[in-house]
Amino acid sequence: MPAAGGDGSRGVFLEIVDLDVTPLRELNQRLHDLRAGDNLTAWRVVNPKGRHNVAVGVDAPVSITIDGHVGYYCAGMNSQAEIVITGNAGPGLAENMMSGVVRVKGSASQYAGATGRGGLLVIEGDAAGRCGISMKGIDIVVRGSVGHMSAFMGQAGRLLVCGDAGEALGDSLYEARLYVRGTVAGLGADCVERPLGDTERADITELLARAGIEGLEPEDFRCYGSARQLYNFQADKFHAYG
Amino acid sequence: MCGIVGLYLKNETLRPKIGALFAPMLREMTERGPDSAGIAIYRNPASGSALKVTLAHDDARFDWAGLAADLAQALDVEVAVEHLSTHAVLTLDGEETVIRQWLDRHHPDVRITAVGQVIEIFKEVGLPQQVIDRFGIERMTGSHIIGHTRMATESAVTTAGSHPFSTGSDLCLVHNGSLSNHPRLRDWLKRHAGMRFQTENDTEVAAAYLTWRLAEGDGLREALGHALRDLDGFYTFAIGTRDGFAVLRDPIACKPAVLAETDDWVAMASEYRSLAHLPGVENAKVWEPAPATIYAWGSA
Repeated sequence: MPAAGGDGSRGVFLEIVDLDVTPLRELNQRLHDLRAGDNLTAWRVVNPKGRHNVAVGVDAPVSITIDGHVGYYCAGMNSQAEIVITGNAGPGLAENMMSGVVRVKGSASQYAGATGRGGLLVIEGDAAGRCGISMKGIDIVVRGSVGHMSAFMGQAGRLLVCGDAGEALGDSLYEARLYVRGTVAGLGADCVERPLGDTERADITELLARAGIEGLEPEDFRCYGSARQLYNFQADKFHAYG
Repeated sequence: MCGIVGLYLKNETLRPKIGALFAPMLREMTERGPDSAGIAIYRNPASGSALKVTLAHDDARFDWAGLAADLAQALDVEVAVEHLSTHAVLTLDGEETVIRQWLDRHHPDVRITAVGQVIEIFKEVGLPQQVIDRFGIERMTGSHIIGHTRMATESAVTTAGSHPFSTGSDLCLVHNGSLSNHPRLRDWLKRHAGMRFQTENDTEVAAAYLTWRLAEGDGLREALGHALRDLDGFYTFAIGTRDGFAVLRDPIACKPAVLAETDDWVAMASEYRSLAHLPGVENAKVWEPAPATIYAWGSA
């Protein structure tokens, strides 16, 4: 059963939930029931063992550490919470995140941060293909590299990659801003390199600071954005849709 | 959907435990594939020039001893038979083509699931746990093993449509995904390469394609390179060879895959949860295979 312990010095209670013992639905329901001002503001989830849907739909300013690897859709739709995964994450990490912070210490599988509207997703390892697909305002920082088709149809928000990017980066991009430090295997349709201005430098500095990454400078990165030629379908540009 | 799993042992002392290590991997993929399940295991190598032939029949009471005796008489060789549920493994000195011809003529309702010196393939409809129990997989010893749990999308739920599919001597293939050009490719392989098919299954076409490429002289890596060009659709493949195994995802790589490696073993699965119980996994190198990239161990 969940063990509760007190940390009187900070007035914070740490709740430990063992998924080998507690059903996942019970954990998620308890997280859904949290309200601002509740005492249980720090949670630790152990033995996730690649289970799906861990800590999905949290809407409270709490911190949750998930100790191990998770499967599909971890931290999906997150609002307000700060969620840390100490292992790797499966497909759909922090999908449609609204706010808060999700941090994975290992690597994330495909479409991490997809359709996210806000908040910060930090991936300390690598992200696989389609990272930030259709991002709508989320900020994503990847310490390693991202796979193919990352930020596909990205509408708003920022993706900062400290390593390399795979094929077709930013394909059919709208107004998401992309920063890559390493090599880009290829740009997608309508994605172009943009000059690094003050706004972009400020973006990079801010994102690195929020992600807790030190030793890198804005000048280490290149900026990519939309050429704004494919916002609306035009038959005479059919070839450009690839 | 479908789930695929594979375990290749680098540390020989683990071989007696391969079935016990592998069964939970397959069981964990039940939600991805509850229709049928199958495994290809590499174990008990036949000695000298002997061949092992794994056979299947829908009737669990089929007279395998009788078949073996008739085959022994017809070919004038000794035939050892190990009966496992709906399958049997025959070990004999003989030409594969002669054995196939004899079975075609005398037992057209018997299916050959695998031929080689090391490989055995067992597959059945039902939940993974039922299939594990039926064939006693947990007690098996071997060097490497590949498995599949199926959620049928492209063809019927039958034993013959279950994976793994044999792709030649000591070779097999499991597949998560769906191929979109399999009818045309099947026709082409029938007409131009003389390939024969037992099912309407798309994966059987991929298996036949690899069999054909290997027969044309490709090594496994070359054959998989050609497959990247000629197979259209979604796939994560795990491929077993006599003493190795390989993993390949299509260039779009929608179908999931995770690889893990320690000094003792290499494992792949559709999802990490199939690997979570493996000894030392907490310190393993765990990564997602890149699209259109061939990963191979042993002499694959």
